[in-house]
Amino acid sequence: MFSFTMDKIFNPMEQLRLKFGEGVFTEQPAKDGIPTCWLPLDRLRAVFTYLKSEISRPYPLLYDITAIDERSRSKNNGYPSSQFTIVYHLFSFERNSFLRLKASLKGDYPTVPSITSLWANASWYEREVYDMFGIRFEGHPNLRRILMPLTWEGHPLRKEHPARATEMGPFRLYDEKQDREQSALQFKPEDWGMERQSQDSDFMFLNIGPQHPGTHGVLRLILQLDGEDIVDLVPDIGFHHRGAEKMAERQSWHTYIPYTDRIDYLGGVNNNLAYLLAVEKLAGIQVPARAQMIRIMMCEFFRIASHLVWYGTFSQDVGQLSPVFYMFTDREKIFDVVEAVCGGRMHPNWFRIGGVAQDLPKGWETLVKKFLDYFPKKLREYDKLVMANSLFKARTVGIGIFTLDEAIEWGATGANLRACGLEWDFRKKQPYSGYEQFDFEVPIAMNGDCYDRALVRVAEMRQSLRIIEQCLKNMPEGAYKADHPLTTPPIKKHTMKDIETLITHFLNVSWGPVIPPGEAMSCIEATKGANSYYAISDGNTSPYRVRVRTPSFAHMQMIPYISRGYTVADLLSILGAMDYVLADIDR
Amino acid sequence: MEAPIHPMLIVAGVLGGVMLVAPGLIWLERRLLALWQDRYGPNRAGPFGVLVVLADTLKLFFKEDWTPPFADKKVFIVAPAIVVITALLGFVVIPFAPGFIVSDLNIGILFFLATSSMGAYSIILGGWASNNKYALLGAMRGAAQMISYEVFMGLSMMGVVLLTGSFSLQTIVNAQQDLWFVVPQFVGFVTFLIAGIAETHRLPFDIPESESEIIAGFHSEYSGMKFGMFFVGEYIGIILISSITVCLYFGGWLGPAFLPPVVWFILKTFVFIILFILLRASLPRPRYDQLMDFGWKILLPVTIINLMITAAIVLFNENSP
Repeated sequence: MFSFTMDKIFNPMEQLRLKFGEGVFTEQPAKDGIPTCWLPLDRLRAVFTYLKSEISRPYPLLYDITAIDERSRSKNNGYPSSQFTIVYHLFSFERNSFLRLKASLKGDYPTVPSITSLWANASWYEREVYDMFGIRFEGHPNLRRILMPLTWEGHPLRKEHPARATEMGPFRLYDEKQDREQSALQFKPEDWGMERQSQDSDFMFLNIGPQHPGTHGVLRLILQLDGEDIVDLVPDIGFHHRGAEKMAERQSWHTYIPYTDRIDYLGGVNNNLAYLLAVEKLAGIQVPARAQMIRIMMCEFFRIASHLVWYGTFSQDVGQLSPVFYMFTDREKIFDVVEAVCGGRMHPNWFRIGGVAQDLPKGWETLVKKFLDYFPKKLREYDKLVMANSLFKARTVGIGIFTLDEAIEWGATGANLRACGLEWDFRKKQPYSGYEQFDFEVPIAMNGDCYDRALVRVAEMRQSLRIIEQCLKNMPEGAYKADHPLTTPPIKKHTMKDIETLITHFLNVSWGPVIPPGEAMSCIEATKGANSYYAISDGNTSPYRVRVRTPSFAHMQMIPYISRGYTVADLLSILGAMDYVLADIDR
Repeated sequence: MEAPIHPMLIVAGVLGGVMLVAPGLIWLERRLLALWQDRYGPNRAGPFGVLVVLADTLKLFFKEDWTPPFADKKVFIVAPAIVVITALLGFVVIPFAPGFIVSDLNIGILFFLATSSMGAYSIILGGWASNNKYALLGAMRGAAQMISYEVFMGLSMMGVVLLTGSFSLQTIVNAQQDLWFVVPQFVGFVTFLIAGIAETHRLPFDIPESESEIIAGFHSEYSGMKFGMFFVGEYIGIILISSITVCLYFGGWLGPAFLPPVVWFILKTFVFIILFILLRASLPRPRYDQLMDFGWKILLPVTIINLMITAAIVLFNENSP
């Protein structure tokens, strides 16, 4: 009885209804069990203010903002929106739960009140929605394109925007156009409210990137410098934008899997998993135990591989030349295992709807065992080489500090959040794919500086080893793919025996599976932080919309805030410690 | 013991030797780095890949000798020459063997200090003339670093000068017949070596060109043989600092008689050259202001205290019969 009333008190819908009255909100069932409701646009700011700070057990983390172009829905689903929908995802650590809020937008180019005054990290998300859908945000301080070039015409994620270059006519770069494109890339400090000089000095504007050895990819940063001190900086992203979300709308549910590999290209199968968890929730597929454990084992291998790349490049950023070679050698040993199991390396494209592509190869135990025996020794060596090095400490301790509150305000997740002292790991808090069966710790650190972020990641590699070891010892027997009609590739067992199965099989192979209508979001602890796929099905062979929420996007947005006041050399430590991947930012 | 070699032969020998060894160091460094980093390094052209030096040099010669249109042309061209010339001038006072010295100046050490200070001009002028923000940052860093490290580079050598009472390197080497100065002047040796690394701006003191931060620093805009000059100048600088260290603290050409003096000198010098490369393979780079702090707040007091204690001991020994 008591628990029932508690549930009622802390049910967000009840709370919202109590505060704003009956009939204001429309509830919508979602396949992922996340409380979802539609709210009227004019109450948007009031509702968010309430949810962020006034409600008991608040939702302090703005997890994601995105939009859906509803205009080409094939079926009337009874939702209050027929043109555009804006979707907000909030997260509460106290409740350990998400909240999805939607608002229906009217008109071809609608306007939404901005919530940048409530959440600092809303800025980039709103800019992205503007860039992709042409939805304007009233009150946004600097609403401009973020991923597409400033000169781009149209908004790519609108349904009328072509999805393929061949639909757009041949590309020509004549002189005037080249001049226009180039002048659009010129940085004008006034656009960003930056002064060109202070009372006693002129500022220098230093353009770092898009090609620069320290940015780890095609990232452009424009620094406002006073001597070597950073007054302010503006990240310019989008050079790595490949339109992954738009591509999903043209691919079948199955053929989109290889595209996910390339989102966080260091995370490998972690991307597959995030996407497939959402699809499997939509399709209602239960993944068998063996497949789950294979998935976990490969995910943890890729976590170590990704952390090794980060470890090596981070130490290289602060000037240490050798560790990166040792760590890439070790990563190669991981790829030996990955190759034996998946056939691929960085982009294994290995998970399938309902399981994995194949069973583990013969002798996989020996390979895994070999790595488990080999790697701990190397980790200890790296501790001495990098983490204990006093010059390394001098470059990282006390640099780029942010507090727990700041981390949450800016939407930091993963190791960057855990370095601020919050023990929050989605593998532990919202176990998926069977992580609840594993015995591992969530390493944290307290100071929130570059060194602590490194400490957390190094400790995580040891925990991943523990998980892999448990996989090795406890790998269950059984199927590697679910016995379900929507799995890919479809099950072939009875196809030669009856015509109905043959037809279904044929359709599922040629067109791909038809995933039942609905929407679901997954959330996994990827290598860089919380990674989510928000998949919306219209009951078709391809997704109606897929939204990819990546951790690096939020982390990159935070860089200007935490870099101010440090020097150019420190910026490299900060960038290195953040552990981002440009493909993960731009998608 | 004055060896009857024609001075021009000595000049030719030293110049030829240094100019041969300096590019050879490219190969040595790449092979050694590779060894310490678990990879192969250049191993294709010629035995052990030594011909990579030839390939590198040819490549540099055939690259377009490009001067950016926005650069200050004259200064841009002069800057890389300065680094090579000043570094080479330093070899004038190095005694490779008894009598095998271009000119035994009685102010040898001062001459070395003067020429190596001139090297700072190449960084400042090169960075300034490039008219590039990265180059400017690199040049500013380089200027500050070299000027501050020069201060106690000179001071750290004075201990040896006090012990021998001479600025001539030949006299200094001869004074080490019984005991290498590294023993009485250990602190001086350590500080001199650190200052020497900073002077050649090698990792961990490669702050003027720290590539992960400011791309290539002061020589970002340089290409072709002009870049090659900076490159070779850096290696000549390494040989120079190593040779001076050997002369001041490790007895120069002195060694057991089964090898000729020149061989001893070269062997000892290479130990230090390899140490330079090892440092590059192992250490991270401090931040620019940390480097300054370390120089002014730690190394400078240490060298001064070292100098004062040495002076006190020398005075005490002179006064007591």
